[in-house]
Amino acid sequence: MIEFISQPWPWYISGLAISLIMFLLYINGGRFGVSSTLDTICAAGGAGKKYPIFDFDWKDRAWNLVFILGAIIGGSIANHFLNTEQTINISAAAINSLDDLGVPFDGELAPLSIFNWQSLFTIKGLLIICLGGFLVGFGARWAGGCTSGHAISGLSNFQIASLVAVIGFFIGGLIMVHIIFPLIF
Amino acid sequence: MKRFISFLGIGILFGIVMTKSEAISWYRIYEMFNFQSFHMYGIIAVALLGGIAVNYLVRRYEIKTVEGDSIQPTTKSFAFKRNLLGGIVFGLGWALSGACPGPMYTMIGNGFSIFIVIIAFALLGAYAYGAFSERLPH
Repeated sequence: MIEFISQPWPWYISGLAISLIMFLLYINGGRFGVSSTLDTICAAGGAGKKYPIFDFDWKDRAWNLVFILGAIIGGSIANHFLNTEQTINISAAAINSLDDLGVPFDGELAPLSIFNWQSLFTIKGLLIICLGGFLVGFGARWAGGCTSGHAISGLSNFQIASLVAVIGFFIGGLIMVHIIFPLIF
Repeated sequence: MKRFISFLGIGILFGIVMTKSEAISWYRIYEMFNFQSFHMYGIIAVALLGGIAVNYLVRRYEIKTVEGDSIQPTTKSFAFKRNLLGGIVFGLGWALSGACPGPMYTMIGNGFSIFIVIIAFALLGAYAYGAFSERLPH
C-alpha cells in the first residue's frame, strides 16, 4: 500500500482527491479557498486597524490557518515517507523548452538553481521569488480568490466571477511564460 | 480540539495530494502554460467535475455539517474588472513563482525553505491590495 501511494499520482486520482478535500472542508464547516489565509494572517497581525478590509475577527477563519499548517506537514510527510526518489515526470517537449530557455530540467519539484537563498542576491531570483510572491498575493485578493477558491470551489458552483477570474489566470500565465520569460531568463 | 484535529488532518491530506500529484512543481506550471502535457488540465478538470458532483449531492441530500448546520456552496461576487484584472495579476505571479497559495505552503514542507520568502511577499501583496483597493478598478 505504501509503495502504491508512493508513486506519483495520476491526474484522475489527484483531481478526485481534491474534490474529496472540498467535501471534507464543507462538512467540517469550512470551505476550500487557500488565498483567504493571506487576509486572515494580515488581520491577525492587526492590519484591520489601518485598513477596513482586514477589519474582521480573524479567529472565525483560524480553521483555515490550521488547514495550511496541515498542508506544510502533509508536504513533509509526502517528501519523507511517500517518496520513491523519482524525478518529476514532465514531458519531453517541456524538457526541450526548458533547455532553450536556459533552465535545464533538474528533476526536482522546482529548479534548485533558482529556488535557493543565494538567488535573493540575483535579479532573476528577486523577480521570481519576491515579485512572483507579491503578484500572487495581490492578484488573488483583487480577483477574490485563487486556484482553489475560484477554479475549483467557485467554478464548480457555476459562479460567473470565477469563470472570469480563471480566464484572467490563464491570460496572465500565458503572458508570463510566452512573453516575459524569454526576457528575464 | 476536535475541530482542530479535523482541519489539521484535511490539511495534511491536501499537502500529500499536492505533492504526489506534482501540482506544486514549478516545472508542471511551466509545462501547463506551454500546453505540453495534459497532466495539470486533467487534475483541474477532474477536481472541477468532482466539485460539481459534491455541490449537487450537498443540495440534493441537504447534507449538513458535523455540527448540524446547512452547507452553502461557495459563491463569489461578480465584478468583471476586478475578477479579470486581479486574475491576470494572479496568473502572472502563478507562472513566475510556479506556485499558487496552497502549493506555496506545501513547498515548505518539501524542504524548499525559500518559499517562506515567497509567502512573505504574498502576504505583502495581499496587504498592498488592502491598502490600495479603493483606488483600483472593481
